[in-house]
Amino acid sequence: MSVLVDRDTRVVVQGITGHQGTTHARLMREFGTSVVAGVTPGKGGSSLDGVPVFDSVQESVDRTAANASCIFVPAPFAKDAALEAIDAGIRLLVVVTEHIPFHDMLVMYHYGRAKGARIIGPNCPGIASPGRAKVGIIPNVVFRPGRVGVISRSGTLTYEIVSGIKDHGLGQSTCIGLGGDPVVGTSFVDALPLFEADPDTDVLVMVGEIGGTAEEDGAEYIQSHLSKPVVAYIAGRSAPEGKRMGHAGAIISRGKGTAASKVAALERAGAKVARFPYEIPDLVAQALSEGAGR
Amino acid sequence: MVKLAEWRGKQLFRKYGIPLPRGEVARSADEAESAVRSGAVPLPCVVKAQVLAGGRGKGGAVRFANSAAEAKAAAEAILGLEFKGERVRELLLEEKLPISKELYVSITLDRARRLPILMSSAQGGVEIESVDDSAIDRQSVDPFPGLTAYERRRAAGALGLSGPARGSLDRLLEGLWKLFVEEDAELVEINPLAIVGDGLVALDAKVIIEDDAGFRHPEYAEIRDDRTPLEEIAREKEIAFVQLDGNIGVIANGAGLTMATLDVLQEFGGRPGVFLDLGGTDDPKKVTEAFLLMAQARPKAVFLNIFGGVTKCDTVARGLVEAMAKVPPTDRFPLVARIRGNNEKEGVEILRQAGIISIPTLRESAQAAVAAAGSGA
Repeated sequence: MSVLVDRDTRVVVQGITGHQGTTHARLMREFGTSVVAGVTPGKGGSSLDGVPVFDSVQESVDRTAANASCIFVPAPFAKDAALEAIDAGIRLLVVVTEHIPFHDMLVMYHYGRAKGARIIGPNCPGIASPGRAKVGIIPNVVFRPGRVGVISRSGTLTYEIVSGIKDHGLGQSTCIGLGGDPVVGTSFVDALPLFEADPDTDVLVMVGEIGGTAEEDGAEYIQSHLSKPVVAYIAGRSAPEGKRMGHAGAIISRGKGTAASKVAALERAGAKVARFPYEIPDLVAQALSEGAGR
Repeated sequence: MVKLAEWRGKQLFRKYGIPLPRGEVARSADEAESAVRSGAVPLPCVVKAQVLAGGRGKGGAVRFANSAAEAKAAAEAILGLEFKGERVRELLLEEKLPISKELYVSITLDRARRLPILMSSAQGGVEIESVDDSAIDRQSVDPFPGLTAYERRRAAGALGLSGPARGSLDRLLEGLWKLFVEEDAELVEINPLAIVGDGLVALDAKVIIEDDAGFRHPEYAEIRDDRTPLEEIAREKEIAFVQLDGNIGVIANGAGLTMATLDVLQEFGGRPGVFLDLGGTDDPKKVTEAFLLMAQARPKAVFLNIFGGVTKCDTVARGLVEAMAKVPPTDRFPLVARIRGNNEKEGVEILRQAGIISIPTLRESAQAAVAAAGSGA
């Protein structure tokens, strides 16, 4: 078992004929994912590396039984792409596209929720479970099957940390990159119970950033509901107040969402908080050996 | 994030039918005088500096006038002032109204609930942060029905309105919600919202428009934020670029990795200066441009920390080598590189041939960068 994706995951890539879509459809297949279809309106009937391309998501579902979508469609059209996938019955959407207005994401999120669809992202690296499937863009080289679950709000920092876990001789069960936008389809609080229920995950790594209160909310959940050990890291301890650090998720305002408040909340919840990314693997190994001794 | 000056916010208010005092924008003392003389701004009037920072009243950036000559004098006193780091270049002159009470309303995004939130308070005219939580009514607004009539009625109750003012608030909130959605606002705030006679008037306007919705709103592209000139160039090239006080330039990709890099540098006693987030690019030209931009900021040393995903290591290495050749010898600086991830081997090899060593671990590469900045001093 794993979290959200497994060997039965059948991916349709929306925007497959664009540069990113083509590249990552190939990389997902190299990972071992069943990429069964692509969708680009107006390009239906063609194929890419043997993957059939359709005009609509509904067609791709009817013809290939696709059950998950990976969206690379440019921001102005991403909302429509997501609504189309939800209406076609897709229940797992990974939205890689960045710079989607949050007003659009509000519509995508609440529509999806009403229809029972889960969105990961937007502006996210996606989800991967080594040896099973990957929906998204996390580099294949960082993975190795194992028992560490990773939930992160970052992109490249996730790769850094997952790669560090591998270099330490450990492996991952499932890794989810949630994305750091103001409105995300799946937050820490949504993802934590999935890992708690996953028999293949023994320890969780939670990677947060300054800004927002998602980490504090996650910490509350950990304290009251989580039995598995958690190792956490919060990026941005040295960030100056008020300066924008790359995207809207990373703004400190009014003393809320600071690194200090997040670290304190996580420590109160019993998580081991690493001060730097390279401290994570040791803390994970420690948590694993303590767990084994229980 | 595009923060609109009060007068621009009020232009939007007018478009959405939100009642305003009569007023006029002036960019010189003469314009201020003639705005009053022509009758466009009735007397007595208020002369307000058009700056983004709050606290204008206490800071001497708002004055009152009882004649055209006084309006001119007030304009002369305010124009050119430096208010919290902003130069005053524009004024808004408005009629001074007989106010019986000041209220507060705003709509913004509640990230935790993933819903817009309407906040109303009968204690307006002061910073909302200083108002007790119990005096602020909060209502989550679902985007599907949008702001409903019953939610608007509840807000009217929270504001203690009765009679014609209730109807006035109902129409005003309808307009405010429409503005929030149609203009892709992050925040719309009216503080104070004044009770004047039987009706309501928006005395101030705070509107912030979301950057990412630029494709729907080309009209906001002209409006500059509080950026330094180099930050402005970077914005045009779609590179996230921030200037801090230190001397180590940092080039990384992704906000999280960039922040983690700064954290580690600081731990080893380094002072990050300019930092630059390449984001997800696979274009060597963009890397070259970013690097040349960095050179203009004259750092003591540069730390390049890239984890290749969308951005591939060999792309970065090629762009970097190209840029190094273009930097004039007088502007050269020590470079510490660390590139990992997709196409790592190819990238490391390209750098090696150009005489640049990639240090694989974050700890050691950061230490090397701090040492390089120190020796360059």
